[in-house]
Amino acid sequence: MNKHAALDLKAEKITGGVATEQRHDSAHKHVSGQALYIDDIAEPAGTLHGCLGLSTVTHGKIISMDLSAVRAAPGVVDVLTAKDIPGENDISPTGRDDEPVLAADQVQFFGQPIFCVIARTREEARRACRLAKVDYEERPFVIDVGGLDPKKDKLVTPPLTLKRGNAAEAIAKAPRRIKGKMRVGGQEHFYLEGHIAMAIPGEDQDVTVYSSTQHPSEVQHMVAHALGVSSHAVTVEVRRMGGGFGGKETQGNQFAALAAIAAKRLGRAVKIRPDRDDDMTATGKRHDFMIDYEVGFDDEGKILGVDYIYAARCGFSSDLSGPVTDRALFHCDNAYYFPAVHAQSAPLYTNTVSNTAFRGFGGPQGMIGAERVIDEIAFAVGKDPLEIRKKNFYGVRDRNVTPYHQTVEDNVVHRIIEELEASSDYHRRRRVIAAFNNNSRIIKRGIALTPVKFGISFTATHFNQAGALVHVYTDGSVHLNHGGTEMGQGLYVKVAQVVAEEFQIDLNQVKITATTTGKVPNTSATAASSGSDLNGMAAQNAARQIKGRLIDFAADKYSVPQDQIVFLPNRVRVGNQEMPFVDLVKQAYMARVQLSAAGFYKTPKIHWNRDKGEGHPFYYFAYGASCSEVSIDTLTGEYVVERTDILHETGRSLNRAIDLGQIEGGFIQGMGWLTTEELWWDEKGRLRTHAPSTYKIPLASDRPKIFNVALADWSENREATVHRSKAVGEPPFMLAMSVLHALSDAVASVADHKICPRLDAPATPERVLMAVERLKGAARS
Amino acid sequence: MANIKTRAEIRFILNGEDIALTDVAPDETLLDYLRLRRSLTGTKEGCAEGDCGACTVLVGRLAAGKLVYEGVNACIRFLGSLDGCHVVTIEHLAARDGRLHPVQQAMVDFHGSQCGFCTPGFVMSLYALWMRSPEPTNAEIEKALQGNLCRCTGYEAIVRAAQAVSNYGKAAEDPLNAERKAIAAKLAALRDGTRIEIGEDRRRLIVPASVDDLANVLEAEPKATIVAGSTDVGLWVTKFMREIAPAVFIGGLDELKEISEAEGTIRIGAGVTYSEAFAFLSKRIPAFGPLIDRIGGDQVRNMGTIGGNIANGSPIGDTPPPLIALGSTVVLRKGSKRREMPLEEFFIAYGKQDRRPGEFVEAVEVPLPAKGSQFAVYKITKRRDEDITATLGAFYLKLAQDGTVASIRIAYGGMAATPKRAKAVEAALAGKPWNEETIEAALPAYGEDFAPITDMRASAEYRALAGRNLLRRFYLETAGAEGPVQVSRYEVA
Repeated sequence: MNKHAALDLKAEKITGGVATEQRHDSAHKHVSGQALYIDDIAEPAGTLHGCLGLSTVTHGKIISMDLSAVRAAPGVVDVLTAKDIPGENDISPTGRDDEPVLAADQVQFFGQPIFCVIARTREEARRACRLAKVDYEERPFVIDVGGLDPKKDKLVTPPLTLKRGNAAEAIAKAPRRIKGKMRVGGQEHFYLEGHIAMAIPGEDQDVTVYSSTQHPSEVQHMVAHALGVSSHAVTVEVRRMGGGFGGKETQGNQFAALAAIAAKRLGRAVKIRPDRDDDMTATGKRHDFMIDYEVGFDDEGKILGVDYIYAARCGFSSDLSGPVTDRALFHCDNAYYFPAVHAQSAPLYTNTVSNTAFRGFGGPQGMIGAERVIDEIAFAVGKDPLEIRKKNFYGVRDRNVTPYHQTVEDNVVHRIIEELEASSDYHRRRRVIAAFNNNSRIIKRGIALTPVKFGISFTATHFNQAGALVHVYTDGSVHLNHGGTEMGQGLYVKVAQVVAEEFQIDLNQVKITATTTGKVPNTSATAASSGSDLNGMAAQNAARQIKGRLIDFAADKYSVPQDQIVFLPNRVRVGNQEMPFVDLVKQAYMARVQLSAAGFYKTPKIHWNRDKGEGHPFYYFAYGASCSEVSIDTLTGEYVVERTDILHETGRSLNRAIDLGQIEGGFIQGMGWLTTEELWWDEKGRLRTHAPSTYKIPLASDRPKIFNVALADWSENREATVHRSKAVGEPPFMLAMSVLHALSDAVASVADHKICPRLDAPATPERVLMAVERLKGAARS
Repeated sequence: MANIKTRAEIRFILNGEDIALTDVAPDETLLDYLRLRRSLTGTKEGCAEGDCGACTVLVGRLAAGKLVYEGVNACIRFLGSLDGCHVVTIEHLAARDGRLHPVQQAMVDFHGSQCGFCTPGFVMSLYALWMRSPEPTNAEIEKALQGNLCRCTGYEAIVRAAQAVSNYGKAAEDPLNAERKAIAAKLAALRDGTRIEIGEDRRRLIVPASVDDLANVLEAEPKATIVAGSTDVGLWVTKFMREIAPAVFIGGLDELKEISEAEGTIRIGAGVTYSEAFAFLSKRIPAFGPLIDRIGGDQVRNMGTIGGNIANGSPIGDTPPPLIALGSTVVLRKGSKRREMPLEEFFIAYGKQDRRPGEFVEAVEVPLPAKGSQFAVYKITKRRDEDITATLGAFYLKLAQDGTVASIRIAYGGMAATPKRAKAVEAALAGKPWNEETIEAALPAYGEDFAPITDMRASAEYRALAGRNLLRRFYLETAGAEGPVQVSRYEVA
């Protein structure tokens, strides 16, 4: 395609540069069904299909496994068990060797994969799976962390302690003290495209795996380990995922490894796409937490000292539970200054699927503990929780050191809150609501305004690096590749905008290509909201290298100083003359200038000493706030969100349309976590909410009836991020805390706001009604 | 058995192509056919149980001679049920030159897609909406999207797109509307009054030619699986991998789709879908409107039938309690013989109904509420829409002149192993003055009527408490309490 003829060579601005509202690069393909997900890729002839056989007990020793009926079933070509894994039977992402691809002798949760059937069709594989006869010696199991002792019971990974000052003393000396406990539920990712991998065997030890993953490099390593081959034999590619949200950071490893093993064993392409129920049963979720807190404060509601224990249901293996529970502690302060703090994590072992990354990565659970403490204080001193929040915010020049000893240097929470208070008309509405509640017997309203401060960077410092590969072809078109993966968040188009901006060429000149370990190696997961920050900078770096060579070449050829070579929209000014970009590129090629570059970026400034609990783990913070109003029915606990106002900052946004989508979508997803999304295990330890019929994510009709979302137009990243933008993937998720607190506020009205409702999450209609009953009962007594 | 013409072929139109299939398994879904046999991969599988809408396609069919297009879940729609239909998939929307359809272009321009996986399903649902309501209200949009899950956008952008579609083109000029006559004629021609029989044993499927033919087929095949809307049977196949052969598809039988009123009784044919019943029922018994609006999503309502809701006997079916409260009668047929019984007697125990081999539910007869009576249905769920009942109460009250309870019938779903009357509560209320003391005094009787269970939808305690509170709500509503007694998403106009 030769598009340059159509390029505007007189334009004042390129189309599709940074800070423009570009559509998602695949939008036209999404809406027409032409966007290819892995299950849509044309299958090679003879492709076989795998199905995982899952354990039917929650904890037990495998006594015998009779798979003869499985092997004899129609269409079955092969059945894999643990002993058929040629390399290591482990896919633990942190190298703790605690997560087998297939369980060998013991199963540790209901639904753990123990074998894998390979058949001609997916249906035959699924049918055959059910014919297995497995005998277990069942063992006692633990599902809920409620009965566990965070200080004594088994952990899956070492805990973290953060401390600054003497919390115990500060609490003991404080005029007032409160101790409490909060439960906050986990969350299923419910990416619309479930897990899937298709492996195509190559020559020698080679295999190519198409995997729906946020972390192709890790899949590559896991496949290589499981096969017992070098990483260079394994290529992992993903063009797009149908949603990830953290659920595809490590959880795709299993399917990819098994598909690859079967493909190499059988010499045929093998695809594994678990059914939704199997996906929800056998892959990890957001950690639910039990938060113990004790806070000391003064009569005005100012916090003097806090002590926290964050105990998490991690499941049977560590997976990412270490960093997840770490991040929970990193966010136990949310936006509040704790003069003295002691916070401890407890990543507890349970006989449940190993919990994993999910948007916010423990941060939301950390922050919800902070907000509960604020609520407790507000009820104790009889003040509006917003007043207590404001009293305890981090200062700008003082009171600005976090529990992990990083100084908050970019605090904008005061401005955000002030602006949202005004735009949401918070104080007037609170009065209107009070009047409404006085006159309404059954329906009660509530309102809450909550802040978000979220730390940006992987807390494992070494993950904060990225690579990119940029080619400029002789027709002036550009091939872009980087280590980031596209899961709907608009990363690809944002990075392409950065490259278009750098070269000053129209966005349609930049071809976005599938993420593959063959082009950019050793990448980090697309996670921690870091996608644009890292890959945008790496791609910019690659483009700048090529641009630098073009400048050198032009300066030399036209004998002009380098500063007289300017990249203008689709053209380059060299001294007094202008030439199309493509002409300069062609000339450079003829002069044997390299027009390809590998870019690299590593985040500056960050460091972290986990043993000491001290450092500067976050490059910067992202801030936002939301105000929600709800109505609850005190007879049934049903509720609606009447209105939500959001003010969120994304720095100098690369693409406001994309960022707005992240904020709206993140909020609704967070609202689901805190309201209707409930994971429920039965007495046998079986997860019974494993399909959309039983697990209820928000619908269009659950949105706030009035939903006002604004980006702070004044926001700018004080750090030198890509075009001074800020990360937006995770922070908006936590804006949904205002919904939980508005529900709590409405519940509190039944006891005249005298009792803290201690409303746990998810606040299903049931929990709301039970809290109403509890408060009514307490108010009577 | 009557001598009836048969053919061994399912015939339908797929997008612009005439299809005739002789190799159709009874449990082959439309989605698998599209994706695996036709490589039409724009239609996605998200859940394979009709709950996420990623597989939404339109099915056009003749209803009383008129061509209607409805969104359905291809994942639980069986190929065998599509005879005489027009299946429209996402691939059919863009113009030949690649120009996007107005719905698609609006979705692009308003940033309605992020990961894009749910998007084809949303486009199809919005397409169906646009055809029936080119300038939809917010409530219409949300209702049209109840059966579509999106995990990325938070829906805001999709709703904005839905509001703007008509800026991109006129519904009247839409190709499907333009070709209406030709398609309708084609579909009419496909309906040749023959019975379809394909395959043997585990691959046997039958599409009867008429209700009489159905009666004959079932007498000959008493163990057959009757498939109407397949919103339940679909999951037997996709989730439990149960054999359903021989399967008898009755969704296309016009005679079972009749809904009529005579002498104060509404007769609903067993094949009437929720969508088909909506206008008729909500006009005559307004409480049914909001209830039907909360059964499944649009796709499920377009497939699922009230007859199926009864015949499957689920304790959490949403229509039996109100039908029982109203004193409805179920009409069963075997061969040419019919028998009737009060609906509540049809439900014997969990999973057990009073339906004999070879018998089928032909209709349900619903007495209209008496003049001056009060009738209400309340459904309690974790999520407001497209969720399965935790508890559902239906109340039918007649007051005497003196303000005492002349009669009250109360029935619940989700509180017992079957849909069940609250007879002890009814007795506690009968003859008493309709006031708050009476209500409070009657509440303990719930303990005699129900011992609900704990499961993933609700705890026993919550079911018991919320269940009782529904009576309080009913009282407050009938007594004209001041202020709202329910939260509402849509302001009453």
